[in-house]
Amino acid sequence: MADAAAPNSNKATVYHPLQSTQPVKVAASGVEVFYADQQALHGITANIHDRSVTAFIGPSGCGKSTFLRCINRMNDTIDTARVRGSIRIDDEEINDRGVDPVLLRARVGMVFQKPNPFPKSIYDNVAYGPRIHGLASSKDELDAVVETSLRKAGLWDEVADRLDQPGNSLSGGQQQRLVIARAIAVNPEVILMDEPCSALDPIATARIEELIDELRENYCLIIVTHSMAQAARVSQMTAFFHLGHLVEYGPTEEIFTNPRDRRTQDYITGRFG
Amino acid sequence: MTDAARPPIADAVRQRLARRHRAEGRFQAFGIGAIALALLFLAVLLGSIVLQAGGAFTNYTLTLPVTLERESADPRGDMSEESLRRGSYNGLIQQSLQNEFPVASSRTELRELFGLYSGLNAASVMRRVVAEPALVGTTIEVTLPVNHEIDLYLKGVTVEEVFVDGSGTLRPSGVEGEVTLVAATPAFAGAIDRIRDQAIAERDATLDRAARLESQAQSAASRDAREAALAAAARARQAAERFETIIDPETPVELGPRTASLLVRINGGVVAVSSLDPDASTAQGRVLLTLENADPSDAWTEWVIETPSANRRITDQQAVYARALESRGMVERRFNTNLFFNADSREPELAGVLGAFIGSVLTMLVTMLLAVPIGVGTAIYLEEFAPKNRLTGFIEVNINNLAAVPSIVFGLLGLAVFINTFGLPRSAPLVGGMVLALMTLPTVIISARAALRAVPPSIREAALGVGASRTQAVFQHVLPLAMPGILTGSIIGLAQALGETAPLLMIGMVAFVADAPSLGLSGLTQPSTVMPVQVFLWSGASERAFEMRTAAAILVLLSLMILFNAAAIVLRRRFERRW
Repeated sequence: MADAAAPNSNKATVYHPLQSTQPVKVAASGVEVFYADQQALHGITANIHDRSVTAFIGPSGCGKSTFLRCINRMNDTIDTARVRGSIRIDDEEINDRGVDPVLLRARVGMVFQKPNPFPKSIYDNVAYGPRIHGLASSKDELDAVVETSLRKAGLWDEVADRLDQPGNSLSGGQQQRLVIARAIAVNPEVILMDEPCSALDPIATARIEELIDELRENYCLIIVTHSMAQAARVSQMTAFFHLGHLVEYGPTEEIFTNPRDRRTQDYITGRFG
Repeated sequence: MTDAARPPIADAVRQRLARRHRAEGRFQAFGIGAIALALLFLAVLLGSIVLQAGGAFTNYTLTLPVTLERESADPRGDMSEESLRRGSYNGLIQQSLQNEFPVASSRTELRELFGLYSGLNAASVMRRVVAEPALVGTTIEVTLPVNHEIDLYLKGVTVEEVFVDGSGTLRPSGVEGEVTLVAATPAFAGAIDRIRDQAIAERDATLDRAARLESQAQSAASRDAREAALAAAARARQAAERFETIIDPETPVELGPRTASLLVRINGGVVAVSSLDPDASTAQGRVLLTLENADPSDAWTEWVIETPSANRRITDQQAVYARALESRGMVERRFNTNLFFNADSREPELAGVLGAFIGSVLTMLVTMLLAVPIGVGTAIYLEEFAPKNRLTGFIEVNINNLAAVPSIVFGLLGLAVFINTFGLPRSAPLVGGMVLALMTLPTVIISARAALRAVPPSIREAALGVGASRTQAVFQHVLPLAMPGILTGSIIGLAQALGETAPLLMIGMVAFVADAPSLGLSGLTQPSTVMPVQVFLWSGASERAFEMRTAAAILVLLSLMILFNAAAIVLRRRFERRW
C-alpha cells in the first residue's frame, strides 16, 4: 500500500506492502469526522479489498467504530456529526449529495455490537429488508430468500421449524447470526460488523467467526474487534487505530508479526489499550 | 491490612450495617404506611359515595290504570298526531288517581293528591299514545315515578315515623269528617309520651338557640347586630313557650305543625288526631282516609310521624295517600331507569344522566380524534425528525409550559376563538371537544415523546442498517414499540379531559339541557352537557333528592373512568403481546 495517497495528518500512517490479490472495494481518502467541535477521526486513508476480511483494531475511543459507520453513512443519523473526505465504493463517491443513504445501506449491511433483532418473528426479521426493497415478488420467492439467508448465516437448521417465533427468543449467538442473516438477505456488497462477538460466549463466538470466514467467499467484510486473537484468526487485513488516527495498515500477518509503528507494537504486545 | 487492624474495622462495619438495616426497615414501614393511608382514604371516599348514591338507584313508582278517554286524548277528534299531542293527559292521570280516593274533593285535598307525582309525566303518556294511536279509548297501565319528596319519605330519608300497635278497644264516632276516638283505657298514653318527648326536645333545642343568640348579642360588634340577635333570641323564646302547653300534663295535647303528628289507623281508614285529652283515653281528629265502618275495634295502629309537619315537605294527608297506595300495591320500589335513560330535568325523580353521558361520549370522541393524532404526530416529528436547534428547543419548552396552564384558560381561549371568532355553537360537544383537545395535547405529546425516547436506539439502527428509510424505521419499528406507552399517556390525558369541568363552563356547557343530544354527527352541535358538569349542576340543586343523584352521577363518572383505564390496560397488553 505504499502507493496509497499520502496521509494528510500530522502523523503519517504506516502502510505495509500490498499482499492482497483482491480488487479494492472501499477506498477511503482523508476521512475526517467531527462530533460537534471534537475531531474524532483525522485524515483516514485506506483501501479495503473485496472478498476478504479487514479488521479494525485499537483501544477504546480510537475512532475505529466511527470510521466503520462512515462506510454506510450511519453517522448521518447523529445530529452533531460531520464527515469530511472521500469514501468510494466501486469508484462511486458515497458522500455525494446524489447518493441516497437508504440505497447505500442496502449495499452496505451492518451488524451491531449487541444483537438487535426486531421484536418480530424470525421470518419477519429476515424478510424485512427484501420486503422494503421489493427484492422478492412473490411469497415463494421471499421464502426462498429467507431460507438462503438463514442457511448462509448457518442458522437454518436450528430455526427451520420455528420461523414464526419471536427473534428475541433465540440465544445471544443465534440472535447475532439472525442479524447477520437479516443483513445478507438484502444481498449487500459490503458487510460491516461492529464488535459482533463482544456480547457472546466463546462457543457462540467461534460459530460467528466460522461464519465470517465462510462469508468472505462472497462479501467484503469489515470487522471492528477488541480481541486481537479474533483479528488474527479471521482477518486478512488489519488496520490499527489510535486516538483518531490510522496508525498502521497492512496484511494481518505483517501487523501482528512485524509491526512497524511503536504504538502498534505496544498495543499488540499488551502494553496499553 | 494487618490482623490487628482487622477486628475494629469489621466492628465498625457491623455497627454501620445495623444502622443501615434500621434505615431500610424504617423506609419500608413508611412506604407501607403511606399505601395503607391512601387505601384508607380511597375506601372512605368510595364508601361514602356508594352509601350516598345507594338510594338513587331505586325509586318508588306509581302504577295507575289510566283510561284514555277520546275527548281528552284527541281534542280535535281527527286522531291526527297534532291533535294527540294536544291531549290533556295529565287530566287523565289525575282522574285515575282521583278514582282511587273518591272522597278527596276539596282543592287542598286534590292538590295534595296530585302532588304525589309530577305533571311532567304526562309527556311520556303522550309519547306512548302518539306512537300507538290505537290506545285511545282503552285503559292502559301507566307507571310513573312518585314525587321526589314522597320518594324520600317512603325511603325513610327525610321523615322519622313509628308504627305502634294500639292496646285496648277504640271506638270511632264516625267514618268521615271530624270524629272522636274513645277508648275505655288510657290507650294513647304511649303516644302522648312520644309527642311530649319530642316537644321537650324541640323546646330545649329552641332555648339553646335563644341562649346562643343572646351570647352572640353580648359580643356583637355593632349595635344593629346586637339588636338583631336579641330580637331573634326573643322570638326563639316565644316559640319555645308554645311547647309548654303540650308538655304540661294537665292540659289537653293540641297537635299542630310544630309537634309530631299522630295518625290512627283503624277499620281500614286513617284519622289524624288534632287533640288528646290529658287522661289519654279520648282523641279528637279528622278522617284522612275514609273508614270502612264505625265499629269499635281493638286492631288499630298508632302512626306517629315524629318530624313536625312544619319541618317536612309532605303533609300528613300525602303520607296517608302514599301509604294507602303502597298497601294497594300501586306504589312499589323499583330500579330507577330514569336515572340512566333520561336527560336532566327540574324534577329529581325524572332527572337522569343520559344527556350528560352522551355529551361526554361525543366530547371525548372529538377530543380523541383531535388530540391523539395531532399529539402523536407532533411527538414523532419532534423526537425523530426535527433538528435539535433553538427553534425546536423553544417549541419544546412551550409545550411543557402548556401542560401547566390552568384548564380554565383553555376555556377562555375556546370562548374567544372557537365561539366568538369562528362562530361555532355554544354548549356544543364539538367546541367542548376542541377545547379539551387543546388541554390534552401537551399531555399526549409529552407522554408520546417519552415513549418514543424509551425505544432502544438499537432498533432504529437495525432498521436503518438494512436500508429502511427514516420514515420506515419510525413507523414500522419505533412507533409499534412505543405504542403501549403512547396509548397509556393518551388515555390518561383523555381520562383527565373526561373529568374536566372548568373549561366547559366557559363555553356554555353548563346550561340546563332537558333533551339528550343525538348520538351521531348532528349531536356534535346540539346543546349538551357532560358528566362532571352534571355532577356540578346537581350538587348545587336545592332539592334534597338531588343529593343522592349527585353521588350516583359521580359513580357513573367513576365507572366511565375505570372503563377508560381498563381499556388502556387491555390495549397495552394487546400491543405488548404482539412483540
